Amino acid sequence: MWSDIRKALVVTRREVKDQFRDWRIIAPIIILTVFFPGLMNFTAQQAVGFVAKYGAPIIADRLIPFLLMVVGFFPISVSLVIALESFVGEKERRSIEPLLSSPLTDVQLYLGKLMAVIFPPLLASFLGISVYLVGVFRQVGWVPDATLLFQVVALAAVQSLVMVSGAVVISSQTTSVRAANLLASFIIIPMALLLVGESMIMFWARYQVLWWAIIGQVIIAWLLIRTGIAHFNREELLGRELDTLNLRWAWSVFKEAFLGESGSALHWWRLNVWSVVRDLKWSILLVLIISIGAVLVGSTQAEIFTLPTEVLDWDNLDEGLVTGVENIGPIHFFSVGGMGMILFHNLRAVLIDSLLGIFSFGVLGIIALILPFGIIGYFIAITGQIGLSPWSFLLGFILPHGIVEIPAIIIAGALIVRMGLTLVTPQENHTIGEAWIRTLADWARLICFLVLPLLVVAAFLEVFITPRAALAMFGG
Amino acid sequence: MILTENLTKYFKDLRAVDGVDLHVRAGEVLALLGPNGAGKTTTVRMLTTVLRPSDGTARVAGCDVLENPGKVRSSVGVLTEDHGLYDRMHIEEYLDFFGQIYDMPAIERQQRIQYLLSRFGLLDARNRRIGKFSKGMRQKLSLARSLLHSPPVLLLDEPTSAMDPASARLVRNAIKTLRSEDRAIIVCTHNLAEAEELADKIAIIRNGKIIANGSAAELKEQLLGPGEYKVQLVEPLDSKELPLPDGLVVTQKGLDWFSYRAPDARKTNPQILHKLITAGYQVVKMEEVQRSLESVYLQAVNHVPVKEDPDVE
Repeated sequence: MWSDIRKALVVTRREVKDQFRDWRIIAPIIILTVFFPGLMNFTAQQAVGFVAKYGAPIIADRLIPFLLMVVGFFPISVSLVIALESFVGEKERRSIEPLLSSPLTDVQLYLGKLMAVIFPPLLASFLGISVYLVGVFRQVGWVPDATLLFQVVALAAVQSLVMVSGAVVISSQTTSVRAANLLASFIIIPMALLLVGESMIMFWARYQVLWWAIIGQVIIAWLLIRTGIAHFNREELLGRELDTLNLRWAWSVFKEAFLGESGSALHWWRLNVWSVVRDLKWSILLVLIISIGAVLVGSTQAEIFTLPTEVLDWDNLDEGLVTGVENIGPIHFFSVGGMGMILFHNLRAVLIDSLLGIFSFGVLGIIALILPFGIIGYFIAITGQIGLSPWSFLLGFILPHGIVEIPAIIIAGALIVRMGLTLVTPQENHTIGEAWIRTLADWARLICFLVLPLLVVAAFLEVFITPRAALAMFGG
Repeated sequence: MILTENLTKYFKDLRAVDGVDLHVRAGEVLALLGPNGAGKTTTVRMLTTVLRPSDGTARVAGCDVLENPGKVRSSVGVLTEDHGLYDRMHIEEYLDFFGQIYDMPAIERQQRIQYLLSRFGLLDARNRRIGKFSKGMRQKLSLARSLLHSPPVLLLDEPTSAMDPASARLVRNAIKTLRSEDRAIIVCTHNLAEAEELADKIAIIRNGKIIANGSAAELKEQLLGPGEYKVQLVEPLDSKELPLPDGLVVTQKGLDWFSYRAPDARKTNPQILHKLITAGYQVVKMEEVQRSLESVYLQAVNHVPVKEDPDVE
């Protein structure tokens, strides 16, 4: 590990030296480090004076820490530009081949480049924060709370890490700086939204929430770095000359992977569906554990968010249940239409969660998928609170269809995890695009030939059997 | 030192290198010749482990390129088609950077850098940024980088292409010295005179396939047929039939000379000489007609059939 870092630092030192010889990088860093904090000092001073006149000092109290975060962020925006051209820029300047032919390992080369694009802007960011703090202390005597200062410094560092690690992934996977710049929107837009969110937190002075922002970004940065290293490919970097959208090739890879090996229907299903489920065993276990965790978390929330008694008419539970079961909103129980509605809802949930998973290494998809488990946990606890048996609730409302639906959802969740893992796992002999298309084909095959049939059965049970079970248990 | 067997590279359905077999021993120079896009650079990139072979095997300095790519890269010095220099750096700084990458101790690095700068006449330019260098200087610096860690294997792509004649001579002499130091060297070049001067073996590649492989003399024999010899006489040739061995074909005739092809010169030439002298002819000289590597190359790339004709890069 130390040897890796030592070699990586050789690359880092060279790159940093090179950056400091380029006035196009130095000039904005100096401006953003010295001039911009000065401007923010002036803004803070004017704002404090202005709001003091109208008896609203709280605005100034919030504005000064907010500007502290802003002066920390601005210099690191430069890191995005440098990072975007870290690999592809060298490729365009045709200086990358001797590096690729050298004994440097992928990790050493990647980390070296990554550190090189983080250090100078981060240093500038810390300098900017220092300049601002000195200025604001001299002007209005404000000194930040140590925890807040640490949070702002940590935020600058993790934001820089997230942007840079994302940009280096882009840089190592594109064929031109132009393409990398175009793809930078995928970093700029989420970061802008994040910054808006952080600004809101700063103005609300809910500083403890910043810890979550820091932890979340550390996880994302780690995932992005893993993705970058996993898919770093000397051959692709050097050999690929054109970014072309080859739909015919993508379709042929998808079709081949989707159809899998041929044979009789049963043989095909075993080979191409069941064997994939077996391969998913660890992902399934992970989703199962997370789901159980969600049930437990949901049940604890029942203590905090109790339902008002008027919402649940426990005295007339049987009457309410009968009318409710007959027609709950658009779902018509005991009808094929109702079954279709439930199937549509469940399938839509799986598709949306998968889509969310694609853009978040699987994380958002899994969170969305396990929310219902949290709700189940919550209602189990509520049932207990009003003196009914939680087991009866489970047997009456959940298990009749859940026995089929829950495995389907767990498998769908495992597929989402797998999509996320594909991005962060090295793929021998496959490009990132090819590996991802193959994973998508596995996802489509399992959804079509396992999850969908299970959801059809679950929808049937939910419409025709669960209401009867619920009525039998609670209808009197 | 370098051994490839059935080395093949596909780029999707494009066969860039097709079953290449090469063997370069320590102290040998192999010149890899071929038209642009024939597969020379792809072959070299597989030997430097930058590209993964699709099929076949390659061993460099005793290590398999797939199983031990790190060791292979440590054992190889590569002069790439693009020189791969950093314009804002000074030359010593640049070489020192690569020396660190190759794990050379600081003192050894400095000694080696000074030696190479002196050898390639770059000492005077040590305070200039690389961006200010001429093409030839850039190429010399790039070559110095590839020799920095004294690798046992050298893969040199167009080592003298941008150089003036004096610099090119300097580099060719350097390559000869390196060969004498028992290094295995592959030189990709379009300069056929250079190939003939430097190479112990020549491989001609076309459409990803090796279509001719051997020493310059072997290739001439193989591709241009038996050697041609010219005999110069004192007197003019008269109408009398020349006293030549049976089956020997005279290819050209002049006033006082003639030429012929001899499949087995060691046997045929003394016979011819003997017969001419016996018949009273006075021979001024007997010499082999020089055949250039260019004609060998053109014969190979234009006329040697390739079994399959795949798409190449």
